[in-house]
Amino acid sequence: MSAHATSTYIPKSRLAKWFESRLPLVGLVHSSFVAFPVPRNLNYFWTFGAILIAFLGIQIVTGVWLAMHYDPNASNAFESVEHIMRDVNYGWLLRYAHANGASMFFVAVYMHMFRALYYGSYKAPREVLYLLGVIIYLLMMATAFLGYTLPWGQMSFWGATVITNILAAIPIVGDTIQSLLWGGYSVGNPTINRFFSLHFLLPWMIAGVVVLHVWALHVTGQNNPAGIPIKSSKDAVPFTPYATIKDVFATVVFMILFAWLIFYQPNYLNHADNYVAANPAVTPAHIVPEWYFLPFYAILRAVPDKLGGVVLMFGAVLILAFAPWLDTSRVRSANYRPIYRQFFWVFVLTCIGLGYLGAMPPEGGYVLASRLLTAYYFAHFIIVMPLVGLFETPNRLPASILETVTGPGKQVSAGGSGLPSGAAAEPAKRA
Amino acid sequence: MRIGQLGLILGLGAVLGFSTVAHAEDGHGTNPHREPWSFAGVFGKFDEAQLQRGFQVYKEVCANCHSMKLVHFRNLAEEGGPGFSAAQVKALAETYQVKELNDSGESVDRPARPADAFPPPFPNDKAAAAANGGKAPPDFSVLAKARTYSRGFPWFLTDALPFVGYTEHGVDYIHALLNGYEDPPQGKEVPDGVHYNTYYPGNLIAMPKPISDGQVTYAKGENGEPVVPETVEQYSRDVAAFMAWAAEPHLMARKALGLRVILFLILLSALLYYVKKQVWKPVGGEVHGLQPELHKTG
Repeated sequence: MSAHATSTYIPKSRLAKWFESRLPLVGLVHSSFVAFPVPRNLNYFWTFGAILIAFLGIQIVTGVWLAMHYDPNASNAFESVEHIMRDVNYGWLLRYAHANGASMFFVAVYMHMFRALYYGSYKAPREVLYLLGVIIYLLMMATAFLGYTLPWGQMSFWGATVITNILAAIPIVGDTIQSLLWGGYSVGNPTINRFFSLHFLLPWMIAGVVVLHVWALHVTGQNNPAGIPIKSSKDAVPFTPYATIKDVFATVVFMILFAWLIFYQPNYLNHADNYVAANPAVTPAHIVPEWYFLPFYAILRAVPDKLGGVVLMFGAVLILAFAPWLDTSRVRSANYRPIYRQFFWVFVLTCIGLGYLGAMPPEGGYVLASRLLTAYYFAHFIIVMPLVGLFETPNRLPASILETVTGPGKQVSAGGSGLPSGAAAEPAKRA
Repeated sequence: MRIGQLGLILGLGAVLGFSTVAHAEDGHGTNPHREPWSFAGVFGKFDEAQLQRGFQVYKEVCANCHSMKLVHFRNLAEEGGPGFSAAQVKALAETYQVKELNDSGESVDRPARPADAFPPPFPNDKAAAAANGGKAPPDFSVLAKARTYSRGFPWFLTDALPFVGYTEHGVDYIHALLNGYEDPPQGKEVPDGVHYNTYYPGNLIAMPKPISDGQVTYAKGENGEPVVPETVEQYSRDVAAFMAWAAEPHLMARKALGLRVILFLILLSALLYYVKKQVWKPVGGEVHGLQPELHKTG
């Protein structure tokens, strides 16, 4: 933990000194969230990390409270959710906050991920930091899927059926995985019991990987819109108060959107069919997952073969993990990559397009469009990333982060960074 | 925007556009009409008189076949609902009989209390199905949220916005359905046991036309005249509003709290913005936007 070795925290009181010499916890927090040098040119796309931590907290607190009233039983789960909505004090607020909180969590994580892809945050030396992020994303997907099954409405039940059925397509171990998830021979009471248990477990695993993610971040230091390292103390500002106040401001702005959903559009991102209690005898006309899974659902259905669809769907997530090695460019930030920048936006539109197609029935032109966009999705990683990096001529990089803020050759008139000199040198270099 | 980028986006748009056109040709019938509900929008509130009339329609007509298992008599007197008095609810509940086990373990009838849920019209789903052509009539408790219709692109996006937002799809669908019983168009086969309805998906609905003009007698106003017309159009409007309340009994509390929360957050974010500006002032401000380097002139 080289980044923490340089903590400037000096305990003042006797109690603080006594404690710090036995467990340097305050120093750890101080070096991570107070003295930590932050590139001064970060834009608002860098506030989503803090927003995500806020949402992990919101989901855990509302979730623990909901679990006090929820009954994970196939014959009573639906009614217990309605009991929360009707009879628990502010139960409607808890449930709508939790359900829409999951959506906002994914809004934030997608902003965070596209930011990483645009500014090349996955490149050396941040590969491990980035891979931990991919793991968090996978855990989030699993948690969200499990959570969506718990109200035990029609979409919960049939979503669980579809997803556990596609897992059965995995060769050799597929059937075993499916039986383990079901706890029987179909989706039923044992399924909802174990899904509830896992839904309670996974967020704590997310929290654990988030700790590693933040740790890795504080070893390598943050990337920034210029994609160049911190070279002098003038390139950085201390985390507190600069990043702290900015993160708090951005989080509160994001909460306005969250509140709008909870109070005025609480079911906008839900499906009407999930207000019909689960019925194994009646299949809904369209089984559609939550919006944040739609691009992957489109990819699943674009392939006529079941196993092929499953492979591509999981491949679409796992291919993210290879980005650090597929991208051949030496330049991190797409701001200085005129060709890649255009491909990046096409990739964003492809993801949005796949999301739209995932919500549409798999017929006619939708299938063709899904196939084209699926092909492009993978081509972005397998073809565009390696080739553009080889053939593109990047723009001239600025000499320093400070230059991107003040313009070339200009100096900040007053102040400077506010960091103690030397403290802002790139942390990785100090290792 | 570079030409290559534009070309790729247009190509992508063409792919999506093509698929949309391909789908539109299927034709999925008529969309329900969007009605002006008192409880819509940021300041929406239930109309107590309308909920009381809607309850009357439910009680006298719908309740013969449709249960409402999640709604309790006490709910009718709770804040943000039809506004019956506690005494009225007690008297109403006593007109119903519910089963309970006595001390000898025998099933006996007793008058319902406000704490009881509305007793269902059939003892169980199988009995309900047997009495209704093989399919149990759906429970009404959350039906207003369990039904919807697709408004398609781009309306599903504008539906989420403030002021033009729209959340009453299910209520409009119920209102439209009750007014949607018509003679089938030329050449449309309607088998025995089903009925033609303009708004039902697939147009063939098992439920016969459930209500007719004048079937429910509303309380008269002070001049002895009915306050609202006793027509299917009015009945359906009232019962749909009642079902909207039943599905979302805390809607008014939710909207009232939401306004306060959002105003607070807007104020807080404005204050935080100025604090942030002050904090950043000594170090020369910071960069906004996605690609600041592209806009540099120096």
